[in-house]
Amino acid sequence: MADIQIQQIRKTYARGQEPAVRDVDLTVRDGEFMVLLGPSGCGKTTLLRLLAGLERPDSGRIAIGGTDVTDLPPRKRQIAMVFQSYAIFPHMSVFQNIGFGLRMQHVSRSEIQQRVHHAAELVQLGDFLQRYPSQLSGGQRQRVAVARAIVMQPAVLLMDEPLSNLDALLRLQFRAELKKLVAELNTTTIYVTHDQVEALSLGDRIAVMRSGSIIQVGAPMDVYDMPATTFVGGFIGMPPMNFLDATVVSANGHTTVDLGGQPLDAPDAVRDLAGGDVTVGIRAESIDVWDQQEPSTMPARIEVVEPLGADLLLTVSVGRQQLKLLTRNDFPARPNMPISIRPQQDKLRWFDAAGERVAPAG
Amino acid sequence: MSRHGLRLALLYAAALLITLFLLIPVYFIFAASIGPQNSVYDFPKPLVPQNLSFDTLSFFLHYQGVPEAFKMSVEVGIIAVAVSLILGAPAGYAIARYTFPGKNVLQLIVLATRSFPVIILSIPLAVTFLSWNLYDTAPGVGLVHTAMGLPVTILITAAVFYGVPVDLEEAATTLGCTRIGAFFRISLPMALPGLAAAALFTFVGSWNEVFAASILTLQNHTLPALVLTSLNIAPLQFSFAAAVILIVPSMVFIFFIRRYLVAGWGQVTK
Repeated sequence: MADIQIQQIRKTYARGQEPAVRDVDLTVRDGEFMVLLGPSGCGKTTLLRLLAGLERPDSGRIAIGGTDVTDLPPRKRQIAMVFQSYAIFPHMSVFQNIGFGLRMQHVSRSEIQQRVHHAAELVQLGDFLQRYPSQLSGGQRQRVAVARAIVMQPAVLLMDEPLSNLDALLRLQFRAELKKLVAELNTTTIYVTHDQVEALSLGDRIAVMRSGSIIQVGAPMDVYDMPATTFVGGFIGMPPMNFLDATVVSANGHTTVDLGGQPLDAPDAVRDLAGGDVTVGIRAESIDVWDQQEPSTMPARIEVVEPLGADLLLTVSVGRQQLKLLTRNDFPARPNMPISIRPQQDKLRWFDAAGERVAPAG
Repeated sequence: MSRHGLRLALLYAAALLITLFLLIPVYFIFAASIGPQNSVYDFPKPLVPQNLSFDTLSFFLHYQGVPEAFKMSVEVGIIAVAVSLILGAPAGYAIARYTFPGKNVLQLIVLATRSFPVIILSIPLAVTFLSWNLYDTAPGVGLVHTAMGLPVTILITAAVFYGVPVDLEEAATTLGCTRIGAFFRISLPMALPGLAAAALFTFVGSWNEVFAASILTLQNHTLPALVLTSLNIAPLQFSFAAAVILIVPSMVFIFFIRRYLVAGWGQVTK
């Protein structure tokens, strides 16, 4: 049980290269499940390895549970880590793998027995303790890696894409199991993934990273609903958020933008950009759609129809721009069909030319 | 018979032919060596050895200088294996795990040592060993054999440690090991089969090496050196028994180490 304070941490791998992690600040609360999310090469795994003590930072401090661990080796940080490759020891049985850390701590034989069995039960490996890793399936190896970490009762549990090597069905199953397990243990957890669905479904909070920096930290639905930048909006959500380019028009105290013939009321914060360009973001499910002409809507044309089961994913063109929208699966959609659409006004997100959200504030 | 079956049959036939070509002389030598002494002159040789007897072998083993040479060969082999592992394994580990300036050049130089013919080195070596009191001793020959085996040891151990994922060592350090502890508890046990293979190459190389052993010893010949100097003057029984004694240790060694050579621990990472 411990909180984590990361202050101005920076890591550069080779001289002259861009830093992999640049001056990152992050606070993780005691017992919190924090997901580091970002595309590959964004520095999320480096940040995790810095926390584990597998890398040494160029500058900055890391504190776990109030203790400065920046200069401590991994074994003195009270952390346990689940590796992407699982990194289970092939020359040891499942029992020996799970008990390895306890043996290193000179825990008594009987206590090792008891704790290993308990951890193995938690991940449903009770019957496999005498097996060797080569006799296990990928999913079972993954469980060994998790059991080996939680048996240590670490202050902080670190996980590096633990589900990425599983096939889709297992991943779905393990995601739920993992969430339940970690919630029961109530251990502070840092979880690295590039999969935004995993991030949304697992995290108490998500830290979205790009090019070595954290762009936004927040609860999953907040990050989804109020992306700080167009990058976040485009990275999180399936389909990604729609972005439409528009020009701000300000006339007699009234600010509007023109999107495909239908002027939209713009919030006050956008007024400062008058005459300039603005990017309007809207989620696919926040667009209403009709199969006939409606007053105060935008005319659009269907290009692609993709049935997703519960929903219908439509790719439509509005003027010269394209957007994706989700509608109920009984909508009578055909390619090339003219339709009417209207973004829900309260779901519009406004970004400046640099991609930073200007409205709504907060 | 299908095309595939035919190809397989031809392949097996070829393999069988080569195996027989190599093994038949060895077999006859072996068979003659476990017969009575005069059986080495028999012609044609009987397929099954007649009148089992250890006369020939025991004649060889009691031949003047043989017991001492046998002991010398074992000592030299052990020294060569031990020193080349102690020096070669860390070198191989360093090559596998770290990038450092001059790494590629180093790998090349390691191999280049093998390109010096021992003939050129032998005179300076003999002179140097004389002044160091290593001439005609097991450590002296052992050192030369180490020099011969070290490049291969370094290359094999580097390949072996490449095969042990860094993740495993890192996982061990998060579970309470120091860096060194992680090496001894994780990497070393996993590398053992490969290290055994390296040891095997060095030992067999040393056991069969004649030239340096002949130049650098005078009284204390190793077994191959003794056999070489005695071939012209010793009776035929000596040659037969010597051949067997020289072959057998290598074969026994290979037999025990063979499963490590082939299988090792299955790589379990992904």
